[in-house]
Amino acid sequence: MSVALAPKPQETAMADHHARLTGVTRVFGPRNGTGVHALGPVDLDLRRGEFFSVVGPSGCGKSTLLDVLAGLAKPTAGTAEFEGQPVDGVPAGVGVVFQEDASFPWLSVRDNVAFGLRRSGVDAAEIARRVDYAVGFMGLKAFENAFPAQLSGGMRQRVCIARTLVMQPRLILLDEPFGALDQQTRLLMGDELLRLWRETNATVLLITHALDEAAMLSDRVGVMSARPGLFIDVLDTGWPRDRDSRIVSHPRFGELTAHLWEKLRAESLKHMRGS
Amino acid sequence: MAASHPALNPATWIRLAVIAGAVAALEIACRMGWVPMTIVIPPSAMVGSLVELLLSGTYGRDIAVSFSNVALSAALAVVLGFAIGVILHALPPVRGAVEPLLASYYAVPTFMFYPVFIILFGVGSGAIIAIAVLLAIVAMITATLNGLDRIPPVLTKTARMFRMHPAERALKISLPAAMPYLFTGVKLSVAYAFIGVIASEFILSGAGIGYAIAYAYNNFNNRTMYGLMLLIVLAVTLINSALDVVDRRLQSRLRR
Repeated sequence: MSVALAPKPQETAMADHHARLTGVTRVFGPRNGTGVHALGPVDLDLRRGEFFSVVGPSGCGKSTLLDVLAGLAKPTAGTAEFEGQPVDGVPAGVGVVFQEDASFPWLSVRDNVAFGLRRSGVDAAEIARRVDYAVGFMGLKAFENAFPAQLSGGMRQRVCIARTLVMQPRLILLDEPFGALDQQTRLLMGDELLRLWRETNATVLLITHALDEAAMLSDRVGVMSARPGLFIDVLDTGWPRDRDSRIVSHPRFGELTAHLWEKLRAESLKHMRGS
Repeated sequence: MAASHPALNPATWIRLAVIAGAVAALEIACRMGWVPMTIVIPPSAMVGSLVELLLSGTYGRDIAVSFSNVALSAALAVVLGFAIGVILHALPPVRGAVEPLLASYYAVPTFMFYPVFIILFGVGSGAIIAIAVLLAIVAMITATLNGLDRIPPVLTKTARMFRMHPAERALKISLPAAMPYLFTGVKLSVAYAFIGVIASEFILSGAGIGYAIAYAYNNFNNRTMYGLMLLIVLAVTLINSALDVVDRRLQSRLRR
């Protein structure tokens, strides 16, 4: 199958704002100027249904940005909004996948995936249907009754994604979910993420330090500066919605990655030199 | 998962062989007269004595008293120790002040306080349970603190993502996440409760297996004394093996 690489139709222009950060800053520690200014002020406007990645050097506040949007952290200044409502605690309809293994070791894969649904009052038949779907979708069918300790890191991360997926979130936030996985597994997980994104029509925000991952997966990539993190560039990739990891052989993939690196190189140097 | 079932493990066979060898050696030593019967009776005679005393029912009440005291002490130590652990975990300044005391707690020979407990509770189960609980509770407090410390922060974040209330989070996330560590506390509490109860019965009781052993000893009744000792050894082994099965199950899920 050849991948059509025509730029996306103009649908993005009319897409509405799904989630938004306005002037968000986050300072850790005392606010009298001696605290660590980790982030911002940043503005971010996620369009409904887009795949947006954030890349930046270590410690630039990428994860903090996600925490603020997820309602897991309060901004020091500025506002976070989801579907027009101010974010206060994790909003309904938002799902988060963390970098660390967050599977519940005391539950089987199936019970892990069903965890959120079982406490949300969904009836048993519907739970079974959605869990079957998510387990099948993430390739976990053969491991349904296994416990996380019996699975590899990649498999456990699939469990976490499936557990988020069954809740049918409209906004999926991923905080370096493949950071702990090897390169091949990461590419394949990237494919699954794209498939998931297409099927669910969810908006996706992916935090990553892997430029190739950002270039391959995203509609738009936000490049952040060294601390305090600010957006220094937002890049439109122009990939079609129907894409997979094979686009890495397309010339534009190389161009995009090179462009991202050019933007990031100076910032990464700053981080390395500890300024 | 553990590589194989423990029963199939060569180490298990070797361990059983060592025990069997030691028992056989003692049997031979006693039968040959190398060890006088006034000191140790042969293991086969211990078994015979145990069977007799169980069948005769003479010690039924002592056995019931000891085991119910152990059960009650262990249960109290687990419940109170868990509660105190949770409270200390929630109050870091208090914990910081108390933790060094907990760490050196087992340097204090708790049994020396027995006169105090006799004054407080009189001779009998009350004083025995007090000593046993005092002996067992700190193991449970320490295990609870350790378990709560080891809950991965990402699980707490996950609970927030699922928008769980604190009570629900405690029950559905914190408790199962800490369970393998809590269970270590349960195991230790049971062991300490046994030690506390049986040892206390020697000094401050008129009933119980410990009392019965002391009574048999004072009357030169070696046969009964060893039969009762065997009873305790077997009971402790059985209970500990059962707890171990649960423990191994919990630990195998923990390995990440």
